[in-house]
Amino acid sequence: MALQSLDIERRSATTTPSPSQRQTMEVAKLIDVTTCIGCKACQVACMEWNDVRDEIGTNVGVYDNPPDLSGASWTVMRYTEHEENGKLEWLIRKDGCMHCADPGCLKACPAPGAIIQYANGIVDFHEENCIGCGYCITGCPFNVPRISKKDGKAYKCTLCSDRVAVGMEPACIKACPTGALQFGSKERMKMYAEERIVDLKSRGFEQAGLYDPPGVGGTHVMYVLHHADRPELYAKLPNNPRISPMVKVWKGISKPAAIAGLGLIAAGALLHLVSRGRTVVLQEHEQAAKKESES
Amino acid sequence: MTNHWVDIKNANVVVVMGGNAAEAHPCGFKWVAEAKKHNNATFIVIDPRFTRSASLADHYFPIRTGTDIAFLGGVINYLLSNDKIQHEYVRNYTNAPLIVSEGFKFEDGLFSGYDEPGRKYDRSSWGYEMGADGYATVDMTLQHPRCVLNMMKQHYSRYTPEMVSNITGTPKEEFLKVCEILATTSVPNRTTTFMYALGWTQHSVGSQMIRTCALVQLLLGNIGMPGGGVNALRGHSNIQGLTDLGLLSNLLPGYLTLPNEKESDYQAYIDKRTLKPLRPNQFNYWSNYPKFHVSLMKSWWGDMATKENNWCYDWLPKLDVEYDIMRQFELMYQGKMNGYFCQGFNPLGSVPNKAKLIAGLSQLKYLVVIDPLATDTSCFWENHGEYNDVDPAKIMTEVIRLPSGCFAEEDGSLTNSGRWLQWHFKGAEPPGEAKGDAEIMAGIFLKLRELYRKEGGAFPDAILNMSWNYAIPHVPSAEELAKEYNGKALSDLIDAKDPTKVLVKKGQLLDGFAQLKDDGSTACGCWLFSGSWTEKGNMMARRDNSDPSGLGNTLNWAYSWPANRRILYNRASCDPSGKPWDPNRKLVWWDGAKWTGADVPDIKPDSAPSEGMNPFIMQPEGVGRLYAIDKMAEGPFPEHYEPFETPIGTNPLHPKVVSNPAARVFKGDMEQFGKADKFPYAGTTYRLTEHFHFWTKHTELAAIMQPQQFVEIGEELAKEKGIKAGDMVKVSSNRGAIKAKAVVTKRIKPLQVDGKTVHHVGVPIHWGFKGVTKPGYLANTLTPVVGDANSQTPEFKSFLVNIEKA
Amino acid sequence: MSRDPDTLLRYTTAERINHWVVAISFILLALSGLALFHPLFWPLSDLLGGGTWSRILHPFIGLLMVLAFIGLFFRFRKYNRMTDDDREWLKNAREVIKGHQNHLPEQGKFNAGQKLVFKSSALLIVLLLLSGLVLWRAYFNLPVEMVRIAAVVHAASATFLIAIILIHVYAAIWVKGSFGAMGSGKVSRAWARQHHRRWYREMTGK
Repeated sequence: MALQSLDIERRSATTTPSPSQRQTMEVAKLIDVTTCIGCKACQVACMEWNDVRDEIGTNVGVYDNPPDLSGASWTVMRYTEHEENGKLEWLIRKDGCMHCADPGCLKACPAPGAIIQYANGIVDFHEENCIGCGYCITGCPFNVPRISKKDGKAYKCTLCSDRVAVGMEPACIKACPTGALQFGSKERMKMYAEERIVDLKSRGFEQAGLYDPPGVGGTHVMYVLHHADRPELYAKLPNNPRISPMVKVWKGISKPAAIAGLGLIAAGALLHLVSRGRTVVLQEHEQAAKKESES
Repeated sequence: MTNHWVDIKNANVVVVMGGNAAEAHPCGFKWVAEAKKHNNATFIVIDPRFTRSASLADHYFPIRTGTDIAFLGGVINYLLSNDKIQHEYVRNYTNAPLIVSEGFKFEDGLFSGYDEPGRKYDRSSWGYEMGADGYATVDMTLQHPRCVLNMMKQHYSRYTPEMVSNITGTPKEEFLKVCEILATTSVPNRTTTFMYALGWTQHSVGSQMIRTCALVQLLLGNIGMPGGGVNALRGHSNIQGLTDLGLLSNLLPGYLTLPNEKESDYQAYIDKRTLKPLRPNQFNYWSNYPKFHVSLMKSWWGDMATKENNWCYDWLPKLDVEYDIMRQFELMYQGKMNGYFCQGFNPLGSVPNKAKLIAGLSQLKYLVVIDPLATDTSCFWENHGEYNDVDPAKIMTEVIRLPSGCFAEEDGSLTNSGRWLQWHFKGAEPPGEAKGDAEIMAGIFLKLRELYRKEGGAFPDAILNMSWNYAIPHVPSAEELAKEYNGKALSDLIDAKDPTKVLVKKGQLLDGFAQLKDDGSTACGCWLFSGSWTEKGNMMARRDNSDPSGLGNTLNWAYSWPANRRILYNRASCDPSGKPWDPNRKLVWWDGAKWTGADVPDIKPDSAPSEGMNPFIMQPEGVGRLYAIDKMAEGPFPEHYEPFETPIGTNPLHPKVVSNPAARVFKGDMEQFGKADKFPYAGTTYRLTEHFHFWTKHTELAAIMQPQQFVEIGEELAKEKGIKAGDMVKVSSNRGAIKAKAVVTKRIKPLQVDGKTVHHVGVPIHWGFKGVTKPGYLANTLTPVVGDANSQTPEFKSFLVNIEKA
Repeated sequence: MSRDPDTLLRYTTAERINHWVVAISFILLALSGLALFHPLFWPLSDLLGGGTWSRILHPFIGLLMVLAFIGLFFRFRKYNRMTDDDREWLKNAREVIKGHQNHLPEQGKFNAGQKLVFKSSALLIVLLLLSGLVLWRAYFNLPVEMVRIAAVVHAASATFLIAIILIHVYAAIWVKGSFGAMGSGKVSRAWARQHHRRWYREMTGK
């Protein structure tokens, strides 16, 4: 979603600063998994607000539908049946972009301006700049972006950057019937999460906690989990996610180093040419060859 | 609901049983989340399946489908034998101290007065012992062996924890855990709220399941309390309005009743319904029946209704039998019905045994369907392969489809589960040729009246003389209809205390049903809705959500029947002296001169507590009924009867009487019941959050969210049958079979019942052969034709099936 | 055996065409690849019609290069076997760079440096092909961890290949008379005698 912005924190494949005069409040979406009933109202609201429609699929033996994120499904519910000490828990997690403070997608993206991080923390894809290479997928520690089969561009949750920019909450928050989805300043969301965690601990969930993983600098979508010590229970939510070292190796110092290396080779060649001159065929060979061809 | 949605937040214990609020009522369910977050409530779910509601519960308890009376009967036994009842409440506000008549008996599963061939009871022995003063006798010491409390103790003493576990499959310790949690609310300042829905009503003993819950709540002192009550979660946005307006074959608006064919005498009809108090000093609100009835007749027939002609009593239809949906289709099936109108109704999906429905509809001469959608019913004659395998050439029924608008395409009010009439405004014009429902009905009425006027007929009077004073006769507006329901004065209404004072001038709208008269000076289309549109304006359109008490009653938000009261029986939230039981949740109280508080008091406003007027003002004895006297078809105390298709084939309480002895079963349907040898699994139908009935399969977004029909089974059964998640399976009953995808889950566990292992097979409804989802089977291909003995709600929740890999 | 008294045929027309297909594909690949490699080179994406076209065309050009290179590989494989002479030549690489080559062992059609270019290009192109296929999201959807590794392998291989080709191209510029070999296909007998004496002997019998 493109929007004229003066509050750009970072821009993909861009080495100079972007317009960043406008400072906005750091926002966050809080997903209280412990209050979520998996009704999918957020999925519907997302499709309605953004005017996207996934295909009418099939049942694949579980409640999850659409069964995965896609170019048109920017958020999906993931249902996990977890049994522990004879007690069943139906863990329902709304999956989608986490809006990392240190976004791997943006790091990996080669197309200038295809991924923007705003000062409020939202990481947004600007699909008109997207070339569809899918590097954002390799950069994402949460396996979120998807290339649309329809137009070959990468899509994901925008945190309704268009709504938030005009002071509204994201569509999913508006639609959530139980208050499992909350939105506001990141600070307030953390305070709200604290309250929830106290309640959960009083109900026997001693490991209840907030998921705001430091490995990606914290996120602007956070979870309240009953088992914060084991996020992987919730449909493989990564425990301590980080941008893959592969992406770091590739995107870090190695690229400028490689460019410098190539530059050195070219410069070396030039220097060589200038200092040594071109190799010409020596007189001795000219004559010898002539003689030999005649004989 | 005795209470209302917002009030759920005031509960200390929330029980979802016989329903799945998170799944089917996600928006209302927010108040459960609220109770947990801000009232530290304990939330428990009792259900055959670990549902979406259960995913948020503090405790989940499994139960075999159809055994809720056994479960709650066990709770009653626990509360009584462990003395965990709200004593003051039970003694003063229930009929616990009233003496039951000597003739009443219960033996071997049957109450006194059973007529076996007729499958019904003579209820005359079920009354109270009457004193010489004309009132029921009482023993306030509760010592009398035949007082209701002692009769109740005796009745439920059979429901031991072992027996309960043996019937329900709920492990004994878990059952006792529920009892302990509920018992914590027997103290005056703690409440339990029960939230139920079709998981209770859709059984052959559905009404009695709800009764059992009411008994528990009365014993715990939780009726009339904020955060208490017995709360029916209605399945359509306006289904509460439907019953309020009497859209059932035996009802008139406001729960007035149609006479039966033996009641040709007006005065006898009125006398029977104008109840006499059973205890002294009681309000006995149904003593006002004549006022409600006469005002209704004046609303319908205006000046034609006079005292001399008994307010047109003769023009009212007199029932030979109740024409509930199952009887309608039985008549169709027998070829005794020619035409059928379906308005906002898809009976092919909503009535049991699809094969019988198709056979019935095929014999009609005409079928009129008034609906915004091309419903399955309106296309019953189309061949849709395996999903609707009919031969259109052999069906002669003429089907007429009248496209209507949907709710958002008209003004009007919706009455929610909490009895709030909430006005809404038209959001868009109906598309194409579609018209509003009222306009369609008016068009049909005017045409019919024209025909009667021209051609006469057997009995044209009721139609020719009907009041029809709408500005545009063929388009009655929602405002006009709403005002008609509210009622108006037909002549000046004079204050009884001061004859010089005119309360309501002729032609003005009434302030409420207290102003209704039985002398023909008022007209009112539905007494319960009186007060909803007064001279002050449209009360239903009010949108002030201020809540000074913090209890969430918001008296200036919309209009709640009756009399804008938010919590029914709220007088019972106070002790007999008029002081609230719970000082932290003060709902109403006696301030020394009158009743006042955060809700509209449900008592005569100036009746001092010392007068002894009791809170249950609709009952002639003024108290809540632990013993229902003659009101229920199958007995004054709820008794556990097995579903008509029972997986255990017996009733451990009384093997000779297995299923509801008073339930009506048509010949032919009885033979179609399956047995556990061929159909060993307990089938149950239900809704999913992603869909609404058979409507949203026409909606792309909902279809994306849940595109294809599936059934749910537990891992153990799946293993036994070699079924994996995502396989196609065939589920069959003695009436038909469906094919669907299999969802294999840990959320359905096998239960040990009466020495057998019982597996459940969950069958979500929602799919059919019309719509944009993947085509599916109508789930009622499987379901049996039998209903609750009181309401004739079909037994969709308990039947027998087999399952195999397709 | 050439009858021309001054020149020898070093590459046939087919070989030359084959070479230039590889060369041109490589240039397009390198430039479009660099465009995606670092923002510094982003403007190069316009060469193929913008970022998206670069993303679409790059893999197809890559396939073309691989196919063409396979041709080249089988054409020249036999001239590119390493010998003891080659090893000796390599030991004296420093002298080669200085332009002193008279006392070096006689070289066949290709000298050891050219053989190394040939062999390392072959290896890198295999790596580029395999990692490129993994990265090709339009047609393959492989586990993300594999794609991440492939991205690193692809970028690193490409860097090395570009470096090698830079050297290859410079060598052609530096050694006067080489360019004609891939132009007309002919080199002067003297050039051959000086740079590829053994090949010269084989061709002329002298």
